[in-house]
Amino acid sequence: MKTIIQLHEVEKQFGQQTVIPPLSLAIAEGEFLTLLGPSGCGKTTLLRMIAGFEQPTSGEILLDGQPISQVPPYKRDMNMVFQHYALFPHMTVEENILFGLKMKKVPAAEQQHRLEEVLQLTRLGELRRRMPRQLSGGQQQRVAIARAIINNPKVLLLDEPLGALDYQLRKNLQLELKNLQKNLGITFIYVTHDQEEAMAMSDRIAVMNRGVIEQLGTPQEIYLRPKSLFVATFIGENNLFRHRDAILAVRPEKVKVYKMASGGEQPRRTGRIADIVFLGSLRKIFIQLEAEETTVLAHENGDADPVWQIGERVGLGWAAEDEVTLPC
Amino acid sequence: MTGKRSRLFSAYGWFVLVFLYLPIIVLMLYSFNQSRINAVWTGFTWKWYLSLLENRHAMEALANSLTIAAWSSLLATLLGTLAALALHRYAAGVKAVLNGLIYLPIIIPDILMGLSLLVLFSQIGMSLGKLTMIAAHVTFGISFVVVIISARLAGMGNELEEAAQDLGASPWQTFRHVTLPVIAPGVVASLLLTFTMSLDDFVISFFVAGPNSTTLPLYIYGLVKRGVSPEVNALSTLMIAVTILLLVAAEVFRRKGMEKEPGNSLIM
Repeated sequence: MKTIIQLHEVEKQFGQQTVIPPLSLAIAEGEFLTLLGPSGCGKTTLLRMIAGFEQPTSGEILLDGQPISQVPPYKRDMNMVFQHYALFPHMTVEENILFGLKMKKVPAAEQQHRLEEVLQLTRLGELRRRMPRQLSGGQQQRVAIARAIINNPKVLLLDEPLGALDYQLRKNLQLELKNLQKNLGITFIYVTHDQEEAMAMSDRIAVMNRGVIEQLGTPQEIYLRPKSLFVATFIGENNLFRHRDAILAVRPEKVKVYKMASGGEQPRRTGRIADIVFLGSLRKIFIQLEAEETTVLAHENGDADPVWQIGERVGLGWAAEDEVTLPC
Repeated sequence: MTGKRSRLFSAYGWFVLVFLYLPIIVLMLYSFNQSRINAVWTGFTWKWYLSLLENRHAMEALANSLTIAAWSSLLATLLGTLAALALHRYAAGVKAVLNGLIYLPIIIPDILMGLSLLVLFSQIGMSLGKLTMIAAHVTFGISFVVVIISARLAGMGNELEEAAQDLGASPWQTFRHVTLPVIAPGVVASLLLTFTMSLDDFVISFFVAGPNSTTLPLYIYGLVKRGVSPEVNALSTLMIAVTILLLVAAEVFRRKGMEKEPGNSLIM
């Protein structure tokens, strides 16, 4: 696959502080790549360097093979969807969407043609004469996307575009965005701190911590085979056990809880049930271990009969292939 | 207990309002008084307003006031807006110092401003007149313009300008199509405010006015030296009315587009 964006040893310092130590990353054409990490991990700074709002302290960024570090943002062939949308408050929806084409002096006929296309795609036709303040959060977000994609950018940068919306709307828009990306075939670089969002949409996820990409891989790789302690704990829930010089991570859905009396299989750990939380589709069981100062979390199907008593002594087991060994 | 206390507070509030506005209201009332003596009410009349219109000196002072206010508000708004735009782009450290220096004229006593400007003009050999008046009014007006425009720019943040650039707008296009329209209400508010302040200024004008640049406040002061006539009351009433009108308009414009940020009223 063709590389559309290449970061080569890109480094960023603010004053004396290094926010991003030298970092390299290749992003393929047409892929949905997510930069995932807690706030302050450098993901937004990285995105802003790609967009051109921040200058790398050293290193080079290539767009389609061309170095762009010295190119101002308004000459870069990519567009950004801002966290708070940044719609122009004094322009209608239509004027907002047409802004990019007007600035580039695209012929009026083509402007209209592309406007209709984008309005259709984002279902904004009926709202075209409204002002941004008359729109709901979800509608504003669609305008922000329409305003960006009408320019046919090579790459679309999205800075937590769903962050300000409520939970249900976010779920729906995740799917919409994913479909839009597939249909347009544009490369998406998506920044979020929400791991569920990253899992639901991305082709690949770059998990960032303190300016470093800890792991780069598909959602499955990131979830099932985390390479560091940070990735194992940041993505989903995990049980950690000390094992000689390493740490073992076992996902809660892989942990089996046994009655002690049943005999037969030798449990890997023993403990007492500390708490049970019912969440609908699943039941969370917290087990306080006897030998270690650790609480283990196990998931059980929500529709299974509740058989556990708080305080009951139980055995825990899991398959060897479900263990992930992590360096300390 | 609480009822009694709240009644006490509201009584106090009314007292303060009366204290503030009673003199002005009395002045306005007597501008409609038939008697030439301020102490007795003898009946309603418009005649003082009419005689004001026929008074050549008063009309000349009005013309001076309007010319000086127009030029000084235009210049102060232009320079102040440019200064605010420059400050908006400065790094935090430099910004604090520059901001402090620009706001200083707001709290420096007028009499010091007037005196220092007079010294300056005589040092550089500028004869006192409309030009020195305009220069002085621009000097104190700029600070207020910077305060108003800076507030709007801070409210706007960087995202809108970044979005414009991201969509392919050059720095000039960004300013022309995004920054300027967003700060426009602030610019109009600045114009109205500096116009009003120029119209009302007495202390600084007193120092830097020349023989052909007598403004309304200076003219009124001159009249009062010969006793307070109902004509003075009429003139003052008109000035108060115009000032209130302009200030309300300025406040309306300043708030326009700022609905999202409550608690932004201009306290002066």
